[in-house]
Amino acid sequence: MDAIHRKYLRMDKLPHIWCPGCGNGIIMGSFIRAIDRLGYDQDSVAAVSGIGCSGRITGYMDFNTLHTTHGRALAFATGLKMAKPGLKVFVFMGDGDATAIGGNHLIHACRRNIDMTAIIFNNHIYGMTGGQYSPTTPRDAYATTAPYGTMDPHFDIAKLCVGAGASYVARGTSYHAKMLTDLIVEGAEHKGFSVIEIITHCPVNFGRRNELETPVDMLLWQKDHALRMAKAAKMTDDELKDRFVIGRIHRADIPEYVEEYDRLIEMVRKGDTDRG
Amino acid sequence: MTKKNFEITVDRKLCKACGICVAFCPVSVFSRDHDDKAVVTCPAKCTGCRQCELLCPDYCVRVEEIVHE
Repeated sequence: MDAIHRKYLRMDKLPHIWCPGCGNGIIMGSFIRAIDRLGYDQDSVAAVSGIGCSGRITGYMDFNTLHTTHGRALAFATGLKMAKPGLKVFVFMGDGDATAIGGNHLIHACRRNIDMTAIIFNNHIYGMTGGQYSPTTPRDAYATTAPYGTMDPHFDIAKLCVGAGASYVARGTSYHAKMLTDLIVEGAEHKGFSVIEIITHCPVNFGRRNELETPVDMLLWQKDHALRMAKAAKMTDDELKDRFVIGRIHRADIPEYVEEYDRLIEMVRKGDTDRG
Repeated sequence: MTKKNFEITVDRKLCKACGICVAFCPVSVFSRDHDDKAVVTCPAKCTGCRQCELLCPDYCVRVEEIVHE
Protein backbone atom coordinates (compact mmCIF):
# COMPACT_ATOMS: atom_id res chain seq x y z
CA MET A 1 0.00 0.00 0.00
CA ASP A 2 1.45 3.29 -1.12
CA ALA A 3 0.51 6.95 -0.76
CA ILE A 4 -1.02 6.82 -4.24
CA HIS A 5 -3.41 4.05 -3.18
CA ARG A 6 -4.39 5.96 -0.03
CA LYS A 7 -5.11 9.03 -2.14
CA TYR A 8 -7.23 7.45 -4.87
CA LEU A 9 -8.86 4.43 -3.21
CA ARG A 10 -11.67 4.24 -0.67
CA MET A 11 -9.61 2.58 2.02
CA ASP A 12 -12.62 1.49 4.07
CA LYS A 13 -13.73 -0.69 1.13
CA LEU A 14 -10.52 -2.75 1.01
CA PRO A 15 -9.68 -5.60 0.69
CA HIS A 16 -11.66 -5.79 -2.55
CA ILE A 17 -13.87 -8.78 -3.38
CA TRP A 18 -11.86 -9.89 -6.43
CA CYS A 19 -10.40 -13.39 -6.25
CA PRO A 20 -6.75 -14.02 -5.30
CA GLY A 21 -4.54 -12.98 -8.23
CA CYS A 22 -7.38 -11.35 -10.23
CA GLY A 23 -6.25 -9.03 -13.02
CA ASN A 24 -8.84 -6.41 -12.08
CA GLY A 25 -6.72 -5.32 -9.10
CA ILE A 26 -3.68 -4.85 -11.35
CA ILE A 27 -5.75 -2.79 -13.81
CA MET A 28 -7.12 -0.58 -11.03
CA GLY A 29 -3.53 0.03 -9.89
CA SER A 30 -2.47 0.99 -13.43
CA PHE A 31 -5.49 3.27 -13.74
CA ILE A 32 -4.85 5.27 -10.58
CA ARG A 33 -1.20 5.70 -11.57
CA ALA A 34 -2.44 7.05 -14.93
CA ILE A 35 -4.76 9.54 -13.20
CA ASP A 36 -1.90 10.60 -10.92
CA ARG A 37 0.36 11.18 -13.92
CA LEU A 38 -2.36 13.11 -15.77
CA GLY A 39 -2.70 15.32 -12.71
CA TYR A 40 -6.50 15.36 -12.87
CA ASP A 41 -8.31 16.64 -9.80
CA GLN A 42 -10.31 13.77 -8.27
CA ASP A 43 -13.50 15.85 -8.38
CA SER A 44 -13.12 16.37 -12.14
CA VAL A 45 -12.98 12.63 -12.89
CA ALA A 46 -16.09 10.51 -13.37
CA ALA A 47 -15.78 6.73 -13.35
CA VAL A 48 -18.77 4.83 -14.73
CA SER A 49 -19.09 1.06 -14.68
CA GLY A 50 -21.57 -1.63 -15.72
CA ILE A 51 -22.25 -5.03 -14.19
CA GLY A 52 -19.82 -7.86 -13.57
CA CYS A 53 -16.56 -8.22 -11.69
CA SER A 54 -15.20 -5.16 -13.53
CA GLY A 55 -18.23 -3.15 -12.42
CA ARG A 56 -17.06 -3.30 -8.82
CA ILE A 57 -14.16 -0.98 -9.64
CA THR A 58 -16.23 2.18 -9.14
CA GLY A 59 -16.92 1.18 -5.55
CA TYR A 60 -13.24 1.16 -4.69
CA MET A 61 -12.03 4.39 -6.29
CA ASP A 62 -12.46 7.83 -4.81
CA PHE A 63 -13.75 9.83 -7.81
CA ASN A 64 -17.27 10.76 -8.90
CA THR A 65 -18.46 7.21 -9.43
CA LEU A 66 -21.51 5.67 -11.03
CA HIS A 67 -22.27 1.93 -10.95
CA THR A 68 -24.93 1.44 -13.61
CA THR A 69 -26.99 -1.36 -15.19
CA HIS A 70 -25.72 -4.24 -17.29
CA GLY A 71 -24.30 -3.11 -20.63
CA ARG A 72 -25.55 0.45 -20.15
CA ALA A 73 -22.46 2.11 -18.69
CA LEU A 74 -21.77 3.90 -21.98
CA ALA A 75 -25.35 5.17 -22.21
CA PHE A 76 -25.16 6.64 -18.69
CA ALA A 77 -21.69 8.04 -19.42
CA THR A 78 -22.92 9.68 -22.64
CA GLY A 79 -25.64 11.50 -20.69
CA LEU A 80 -23.12 12.53 -18.07
CA LYS A 81 -20.67 13.89 -20.63
CA MET A 82 -23.39 15.80 -22.51
CA ALA A 83 -24.65 17.41 -19.28
CA LYS A 84 -21.21 18.10 -17.82
CA PRO A 85 -18.67 18.27 -20.65
CA GLY A 86 -15.97 19.43 -18.22
CA LEU A 87 -15.81 16.01 -16.54
CA LYS A 88 -13.13 13.53 -17.56
CA VAL A 89 -15.25 10.44 -18.11
CA PHE A 90 -13.85 6.91 -17.85
CA VAL A 91 -16.09 3.92 -18.51
CA PHE A 92 -15.23 0.48 -17.14
CA MET A 93 -16.77 -2.59 -18.72
CA GLY A 94 -16.11 -6.29 -18.97
CA ASP A 95 -16.07 -8.25 -22.22
CA GLY A 96 -19.64 -9.50 -21.77
CA ASP A 97 -20.84 -6.12 -20.52
CA ALA A 98 -19.28 -4.25 -23.47
CA THR A 99 -19.72 -6.62 -26.40
CA ALA A 100 -22.78 -8.75 -25.59
CA ILE A 101 -25.29 -7.04 -23.30
CA GLY A 102 -24.00 -3.58 -24.21
CA GLY A 103 -22.72 -4.37 -27.71
CA ASN A 104 -25.11 -1.95 -29.33
CA HIS A 105 -24.11 0.88 -26.99
CA LEU A 106 -20.45 0.19 -27.71
CA ILE A 107 -20.66 0.45 -31.49
CA HIS A 108 -22.78 3.59 -31.36
CA ALA A 109 -20.54 5.28 -28.80
CA CYS A 110 -17.62 4.52 -31.16
CA ARG A 111 -19.56 5.97 -34.10
CA ARG A 112 -20.42 9.17 -32.22
CA ASN A 113 -16.85 9.82 -31.14
CA ILE A 114 -17.83 11.37 -27.83
CA ASP A 115 -14.86 12.44 -25.70
CA MET A 116 -14.49 9.70 -23.09
CA THR A 117 -12.26 6.72 -22.42
CA ALA A 118 -13.73 3.23 -22.43
CA ILE A 119 -11.67 0.67 -20.57
CA ILE A 120 -12.70 -2.89 -21.44
CA PHE A 121 -11.56 -5.74 -19.17
CA ASN A 122 -11.39 -8.72 -21.53
CA ASN A 123 -10.98 -11.86 -19.44
CA HIS A 124 -12.66 -14.05 -22.09
CA ILE A 125 -15.43 -15.27 -19.76
CA TYR A 126 -18.41 -14.27 -17.61
CA GLY A 127 -16.52 -14.54 -14.33
CA MET A 128 -19.01 -13.28 -11.77
CA THR A 129 -21.88 -15.54 -12.84
CA GLY A 130 -19.83 -18.73 -12.86
CA GLY A 131 -17.83 -19.03 -16.06
CA GLN A 132 -20.27 -18.99 -18.98
CA TYR A 133 -18.65 -18.34 -22.39
CA SER A 134 -18.77 -14.75 -23.62
CA PRO A 135 -18.40 -13.24 -27.12
CA THR A 136 -14.63 -13.08 -26.57
CA THR A 137 -14.09 -16.66 -25.37
CA PRO A 138 -11.61 -18.13 -27.86
CA ARG A 139 -12.91 -20.91 -30.11
CA ASP A 140 -12.47 -24.35 -28.53
CA ALA A 141 -11.91 -22.92 -25.02
CA TYR A 142 -13.92 -24.53 -22.22
CA ALA A 143 -16.60 -22.81 -20.16
CA THR A 144 -19.41 -24.03 -17.91
CA THR A 145 -21.80 -23.56 -20.84
CA ALA A 146 -19.30 -25.06 -23.31
CA PRO A 147 -18.16 -28.33 -21.70
CA TYR A 148 -16.89 -29.60 -25.08
CA GLY A 149 -15.32 -26.28 -26.11
CA THR A 150 -16.80 -23.06 -27.51
CA MET A 151 -18.08 -23.31 -31.09
CA ASP A 152 -18.41 -19.61 -31.81
CA PRO A 153 -15.51 -17.61 -33.23
CA HIS A 154 -14.62 -14.75 -30.87
CA PHE A 155 -14.87 -10.99 -31.24
CA ASP A 156 -11.68 -8.98 -31.65
CA ILE A 157 -12.75 -5.98 -29.53
CA ALA A 158 -10.05 -3.64 -30.84
CA LYS A 159 -10.88 -4.39 -34.49
CA LEU A 160 -14.61 -4.08 -33.75
CA CYS A 161 -14.08 -0.60 -32.28
CA VAL A 162 -11.85 0.56 -35.14
CA GLY A 163 -14.53 -0.64 -37.57
CA ALA A 164 -17.29 1.13 -35.62
CA GLY A 165 -15.41 4.44 -35.80
CA ALA A 166 -13.62 4.96 -32.48
CA SER A 167 -10.90 7.55 -32.92
CA TYR A 168 -8.38 5.96 -30.53
CA VAL A 169 -8.00 2.22 -29.99
CA ALA A 170 -5.29 0.48 -28.02
CA ARG A 171 -4.77 -2.92 -26.45
CA GLY A 172 -2.87 -3.70 -23.28
CA THR A 173 -2.63 -6.57 -20.83
CA SER A 174 -2.69 -6.91 -17.08
CA TYR A 175 0.84 -8.36 -17.28
CA HIS A 176 2.25 -5.23 -19.00
CA ALA A 177 1.07 -3.00 -16.14
CA LYS A 178 3.45 -0.13 -16.87
CA MET A 179 2.53 -0.01 -20.55
CA LEU A 180 -1.15 -0.08 -19.56
CA THR A 181 -0.69 3.14 -17.56
CA ASP A 182 0.92 4.75 -20.64
CA LEU A 183 -1.99 3.65 -22.85
CA ILE A 184 -4.61 4.97 -20.40
CA VAL A 185 -2.77 8.32 -20.26
CA GLU A 186 -2.64 8.49 -24.07
CA GLY A 187 -6.30 7.49 -24.39
CA ALA A 188 -7.40 10.07 -21.82
CA GLU A 189 -5.47 12.84 -23.54
CA HIS A 190 -6.95 11.96 -26.92
CA LYS A 191 -9.91 14.13 -27.91
CA GLY A 192 -12.69 11.75 -28.89
CA PHE A 193 -13.82 8.23 -28.05
CA SER A 194 -10.88 6.16 -26.83
CA VAL A 195 -11.07 2.43 -26.32
CA ILE A 196 -8.50 0.53 -24.31
CA GLU A 197 -9.02 -3.21 -24.51
CA ILE A 198 -7.20 -4.98 -21.71
CA ILE A 199 -6.45 -8.68 -22.02
CA THR A 200 -6.74 -9.75 -18.41
CA HIS A 201 -7.00 -13.01 -16.55
CA CYS A 202 -9.72 -14.83 -14.65
CA PRO A 203 -7.87 -17.70 -13.00
CA VAL A 204 -10.94 -19.06 -11.25
CA ASN A 205 -13.45 -19.27 -14.07
CA PHE A 206 -11.34 -19.27 -17.23
CA GLY A 207 -7.84 -20.47 -16.32
CA ARG A 208 -8.93 -23.38 -14.16
CA ARG A 209 -10.89 -24.88 -17.07
CA ASN A 210 -8.28 -24.12 -19.72
CA GLU A 211 -5.01 -25.54 -18.40
CA LEU A 212 -3.90 -22.25 -16.87
CA GLU A 213 -4.36 -23.23 -13.26
CA THR A 214 -2.92 -20.22 -11.43
CA PRO A 215 -2.81 -16.44 -11.87
CA VAL A 216 0.93 -16.82 -12.52
CA ASP A 217 0.28 -19.27 -15.42
CA MET A 218 -2.21 -16.82 -16.89
CA LEU A 219 0.17 -13.85 -16.66
CA LEU A 220 2.93 -15.93 -18.29
CA TRP A 221 0.48 -16.84 -21.08
CA GLN A 222 -0.07 -13.10 -21.70
CA LYS A 223 3.67 -12.49 -21.69
CA ASP A 224 4.21 -15.26 -24.27
CA HIS A 225 1.30 -14.38 -26.55
CA ALA A 226 1.41 -10.56 -26.62
CA LEU A 227 3.32 -8.88 -29.44
CA ARG A 228 4.32 -5.28 -29.97
CA MET A 229 3.12 -3.74 -33.25
CA ALA A 230 6.60 -3.40 -34.74
CA LYS A 231 7.41 -7.05 -34.11
CA ALA A 232 4.05 -8.28 -35.38
CA ALA A 233 4.52 -6.38 -38.65
CA LYS A 234 7.53 -8.56 -39.51
CA MET A 235 5.74 -11.86 -38.83
CA THR A 236 3.73 -14.13 -41.13
CA ASP A 237 0.04 -14.92 -40.57
CA ASP A 238 1.02 -18.41 -39.49
CA GLU A 239 3.36 -17.08 -36.81
CA LEU A 240 0.71 -14.64 -35.63
CA LYS A 241 -1.88 -17.37 -35.07
CA ASP A 242 -3.16 -17.40 -31.46
CA ARG A 243 -1.15 -14.29 -30.62
CA PHE A 244 -2.33 -10.72 -30.19
CA VAL A 245 -0.93 -7.26 -30.75
CA ILE A 246 -0.51 -4.78 -27.89
CA GLY A 247 0.05 -1.03 -28.00
CA ARG A 248 -1.70 1.74 -29.87
CA ILE A 249 -3.64 0.22 -32.76
CA HIS A 250 -5.50 3.17 -34.24
CA ARG A 251 -5.70 6.94 -33.89
CA ALA A 252 -7.66 9.37 -36.04
CA ASP A 253 -8.43 13.04 -35.78
CA ILE A 254 -12.19 13.37 -36.34
CA PRO A 255 -14.83 15.83 -34.99
CA GLU A 256 -15.84 15.27 -31.35
CA TYR A 257 -19.54 14.82 -30.54
CA VAL A 258 -20.08 17.30 -27.67
CA GLU A 259 -18.29 20.07 -29.56
CA GLU A 260 -20.29 19.33 -32.71
CA TYR A 261 -23.51 19.35 -30.67
CA ASP A 262 -22.67 22.72 -29.10
CA ARG A 263 -21.83 24.08 -32.54
CA LEU A 264 -25.21 22.94 -33.87
CA ILE A 265 -27.06 24.56 -30.92
CA GLU A 266 -25.16 27.80 -31.54
CA MET A 267 -26.04 27.67 -35.24
CA VAL A 268 -29.74 27.04 -34.61
CA ARG A 269 -29.88 29.85 -32.00
CA LYS A 270 -28.50 32.26 -34.55
CA GLY A 271 -31.15 31.07 -36.98
CA ASP A 272 -28.44 29.95 -39.34
CA THR A 273 -29.89 26.52 -40.22
CA ASP A 274 -29.19 26.52 -43.92
CA ARG A 275 -26.56 23.83 -44.40
CA GLY A 276 -26.35 24.24 -48.15
CA MET B 1 28.48 3.66 -7.07
CA THR B 2 27.14 1.83 -4.03
CA LYS B 3 24.19 -0.53 -4.29
CA LYS B 4 20.83 0.94 -3.33
CA ASN B 5 18.98 -0.71 -0.46
CA PHE B 6 15.26 -1.20 -0.21
CA GLU B 7 12.82 -1.93 2.54
CA ILE B 8 10.07 -4.26 1.35
CA THR B 9 6.91 -4.80 3.36
CA VAL B 10 3.94 -7.11 2.79
CA ASP B 11 0.61 -6.29 4.43
CA ARG B 12 -0.55 -9.72 5.57
CA LYS B 13 -4.09 -8.50 6.12
CA LEU B 14 -4.47 -7.60 2.44
CA CYS B 15 -2.42 -10.47 0.94
CA LYS B 16 -4.59 -13.18 -0.69
CA ALA B 17 -1.70 -15.60 -1.29
CA CYS B 18 -1.89 -15.49 -5.11
CA GLY B 19 1.88 -15.96 -5.49
CA ILE B 20 2.35 -13.33 -8.22
CA CYS B 21 5.09 -11.38 -6.40
CA VAL B 22 6.92 -14.62 -5.56
CA ALA B 23 6.85 -15.77 -9.20
CA PHE B 24 7.70 -12.50 -10.92
CA CYS B 25 10.42 -11.09 -8.65
CA PRO B 26 13.53 -11.42 -10.85
CA VAL B 27 15.83 -11.88 -7.83
CA SER B 28 13.62 -14.04 -5.56
CA VAL B 29 13.17 -11.64 -2.68
CA PHE B 30 9.95 -13.37 -1.57
CA SER B 31 8.97 -16.81 -0.40
CA ARG B 32 5.66 -18.18 0.89
CA ASP B 33 4.69 -18.85 4.50
CA HIS B 34 2.49 -21.58 5.99
CA ASP B 35 -0.62 -19.79 4.67
CA ASP B 36 0.99 -19.43 1.20
CA LYS B 37 1.15 -15.67 1.77
CA ALA B 38 4.21 -13.72 0.65
CA VAL B 39 7.04 -13.11 3.08
CA VAL B 40 10.17 -11.10 2.45
CA THR B 41 13.14 -13.39 2.95
CA CYS B 42 15.99 -11.81 0.98
CA PRO B 43 15.49 -8.02 0.96
CA ALA B 44 19.22 -7.45 0.33
CA LYS B 45 18.81 -8.83 -3.20
CA CYS B 46 16.15 -6.25 -4.18
CA THR B 47 17.07 -4.12 -7.19
CA GLY B 48 14.07 -1.79 -6.84
CA CYS B 49 12.41 -2.79 -10.15
CA ARG B 50 9.02 -2.61 -8.38
CA GLN B 51 7.55 -5.41 -10.49
CA CYS B 52 5.96 -6.76 -7.28
CA GLU B 53 4.25 -3.43 -6.56
CA LEU B 54 2.99 -3.12 -10.15
CA LEU B 55 1.61 -6.66 -10.35
CA CYS B 56 0.19 -7.10 -6.83
CA PRO B 57 -3.60 -7.13 -7.35
CA ASP B 58 -4.20 -6.36 -3.67
CA TYR B 59 -1.66 -3.55 -3.16
CA CYS B 60 -0.07 -5.27 -0.20
CA VAL B 61 3.57 -5.03 -1.31
CA ARG B 62 5.49 -1.84 -0.71
CA VAL B 63 9.07 -1.08 -1.78
CA GLU B 64 10.85 1.90 -0.26
CA GLU B 65 14.38 3.00 -0.91
CA ILE B 66 16.44 3.31 2.27
CA VAL B 67 18.14 6.67 2.20
CA HIS B 68 21.25 6.99 4.35
CA GLU B 69 21.85 10.49 5.60
